[in-house]
Amino acid sequence: MMNALGDPQSLLVLGGSSEIGLATARRLVGSRVETVHLAGRPSPALDAAAAELHALGAQVHVHDFDASAVETHETVLGKIFAEGDVDVVLLAFGVLGDQEQGEREPLAAAAVARVNYLGAVTSGLLCAQALRRQGHGALVVLSSVAGERARRSNFIYGSTKAGLDAFAQGLGDSLHGSGARVMVVRPGFVRTRMTEGLPDAPLATTADSVAEAVVSGLRRGSETVWVPGALRFVMSGLRHLPRPVFRRLPL
Amino acid sequence: MVTNRRTATSCALSAPGLSVAGMEGRLTGWGRTAPTTARLCAPTTAAEAAAAVRAAGERGTLARGLGRSYGDAAQNAGGTVLDMTALARVLALDLERGLVTCEAGVSLDRLMRLLLPFGWFVPVTPGTRYVTVGGAVGADIHGKNHHVSGSFGHHVTRMRLLTAAGEEVELTPGEELFDATTGGMGLTGVILDVTIKLLPVATSLMSVDTERAADLDDLMRRLEATDHRYRYSVAWIDLVARGAATGRAVLTRGDHAAIEELTPRQRRDPLVFRPRSLPPAPRGIPGGLLRTATVGAFNELWYRRAPRDRRGQLQRIGAFFHPLDGVPEWNRVYGPGGFLQYQFVVPYGQEATLRSIVEQLSRHGCPSFLAVLKRFGEGGPGWLSFPMPGWTLALDLPASVPGLGPLLDRLDEQVLAAGGRVYLAKDSRMRPRTLAAMYPRLADFRALRARIDPHGVFTSDLARRLAL
Ligand SMILES: Cc1cc2nc3c(=O)[nH]c(=O)nc-3n(C[C@H](O)[C@H](O)[C@H](O)COP(=O)(O)OP(=O)(O)OC[C@H]3O[C@@H](n4cnc5c(N)ncnc54)[C@H](O)[C@@H]3O)c2cc1C
Ligand SMILES: NC(=O)c1ccc[n+]([C@@H]2O[C@H](COP(=O)([O-])OP(=O)(O)OC[C@H]3O[C@@H](n4cnc5c(N)ncnc54)[C@H](OP(=O)(O)O)[C@@H]3O)[C@@H](O)[C@H]2O)c1
Repeated sequence: MMNALGDPQSLLVLGGSSEIGLATARRLVGSRVETVHLAGRPSPALDAAAAELHALGAQVHVHDFDASAVETHETVLGKIFAEGDVDVVLLAFGVLGDQEQGEREPLAAAAVARVNYLGAVTSGLLCAQALRRQGHGALVVLSSVAGERARRSNFIYGSTKAGLDAFAQGLGDSLHGSGARVMVVRPGFVRTRMTEGLPDAPLATTADSVAEAVVSGLRRGSETVWVPGALRFVMSGLRHLPRPVFRRLPL
Repeated sequence: MVTNRRTATSCALSAPGLSVAGMEGRLTGWGRTAPTTARLCAPTTAAEAAAAVRAAGERGTLARGLGRSYGDAAQNAGGTVLDMTALARVLALDLERGLVTCEAGVSLDRLMRLLLPFGWFVPVTPGTRYVTVGGAVGADIHGKNHHVSGSFGHHVTRMRLLTAAGEEVELTPGEELFDATTGGMGLTGVILDVTIKLLPVATSLMSVDTERAADLDDLMRRLEATDHRYRYSVAWIDLVARGAATGRAVLTRGDHAAIEELTPRQRRDPLVFRPRSLPPAPRGIPGGLLRTATVGAFNELWYRRAPRDRRGQLQRIGAFFHPLDGVPEWNRVYGPGGFLQYQFVVPYGQEATLRSIVEQLSRHGCPSFLAVLKRFGEGGPGWLSFPMPGWTLALDLPASVPGLGPLLDRLDEQVLAAGGRVYLAKDSRMRPRTLAAMYPRLADFRALRARIDPHGVFTSDLARRLAL
């Protein structure tokens, strides 16, 4: 159960090897979390995440989960929720994809959409059902500023995050009054595996800063969290730029 | 989604005669933190309560009184919550022997209004009259008279409990299930009705002695020296004061006034009881209004205004026992973030721990209006009952105080190391491990529940959080 100070006791990370996911789990295990479910594709990174959280004192359960295999989600998630209440679900899986490749090979673009959007729709809906049944719990969705307004250089990924973001907001509204809720997190450029080799964008941040923002958002009961917080104002400016101007920005 | 999970039953609403249909409700405790949603039923008869228990879905069911516990004790996320306040008939009244039998949803307020004119008073009252008899037994509450009279359960001569199977059992003191139920936080079953032994009083006024204590040591000395002379005793500590004034306090102690203490006018109607109420506290108060500075100013004023030493002052019952009941919904003052109450007891001999905790709280700069210090007498037989011989301190804290979680975790450890414990009816944040170490009979409690309620029909957010 979430306690009075907004500290959960159990956590499910979808995309269990995600660096942002792991940073968040680390912090939560430092306060009250005792049970962690890591759901992801088997990999050394997933095992390492499990080992680290175990060493921090958590009971860790690892589950095979492929976001793009949407028809398997019901079974995988069903098993996890059958083991006990989950106070926080962190939807952390996602792929950046290669924009140029995607423009050349539409199926590669569709694969990005399949993970980032379709996979989130099935797993998000299933988790929401389970949380509703529990009468409590938070679904934290890692969206992105990239979804706030799609950019020429990155619109395949950006559009999947736009879809995910809209989906998560609607899902949150659908849960109103159920005791469960959705928190949408919109990080900017985060230095992780995903952005390795890319030049730092302005206001670049770290996985741990995102984790910190997630934890404090849970404490405050926030619906939307920007990381860093200043992005909220930057993006509200960018959102209303006329198309011809926006197009020419070096973003 | 979980394959073949039974969808939760729709309360017992299909059962005939249930007065409130299965409304979904968002529930919190008095501290207004950690809301969860449950289906609400309000049984008006024992049979309806039994039907609701039998129809409990896999997330179980729980009795709720007036929701005056601070944390999540009276919540059951995703399950059913039985609002017991509609099961509220007084069944029998023996004015000769001072015994009342009433249903669990009857409030202490109602009992006082009913009984005082006949010269009887409830044996134990907490800091609010708005608790139910079921909640009083469920938390085995204590009052300002604990050092003399023990906790509420001590004055219960029998009760009827609805078990997980939906059967009624009659319980008397000394039985296992009776002792597990007093202080059992609703987890052994639904208390249907209770017989309570009352206290005879000659008047409805209190004769009160007030003194000021300059600091914590002075306070403890005074309490130790003279507490036994008073039926009721409590001290209010200013936690914002620091330095030499750390722990400065006002003691208020007294007893029911005798007829001779009343003025001739008061003697004409010595048992009159007409508590007044102010308008509710305003809603929509922004968080952060209660800053340490504001609270400090309030506390200063309060300390200065208290008489240095006054004897035999006559006070009404409301003013003496339930000063906060005058302002309905005062819990909204803490804003949307809510607040919590921290209450612990440390055994006699552990004064150093108490002193150190008061200093840590005061150093942390918590905007806590007042903390209440009291000496407990012997503990009762309730397995999870809170009181034990020692010093108990209770204070309200806004949930938004920075660093509050780690601070209270550290205090828990110190309380535990001193052989003390934290009160479940107030808790909203403890760790399961710490709690288990504080309550040695928790293992017995769990074993009993596993035996009489193998499917876990009775459960609560508190039980889930602390693995009770
Ligand atoms: C201003 C204030 C002052 C207080 N002062 C004191 C004090 O001085 N001393 C003290 O001990 N406490 C004090 N309390 C706490 C309060 O007395 C307890 O929390 C009490 O249990 C509240 O009763 P309730 O009817 O509101 O029960 P709830 O808060 O609704 O429920 C409390 C527990 O009792 C169980 N319960 C309720 N009804 C039944 C039933 N029919 N059958 C089985 N279980 C049931 C619930 O499941 C829950 O676990 C104070 C609270 C407030 C708000
Ligand atoms: N880094 C940023 O700049 C940034 C900014 C904004 C938002 N985000 C979002 O934040 C989330 C976490 O990203 P991160 O920075 O922590 O990067 P990361 O470490 O690369 O995490 C991405 C995670 O997604 C998992 N994943 C990818 N495809 C999957 C699939 N088909 N099934 C299951 N899991 C799959 C990866 O697991 P594998 O090990 O199996 O590949 C990995 O654990 C992502 O949704 C990302 O879009 C990141």
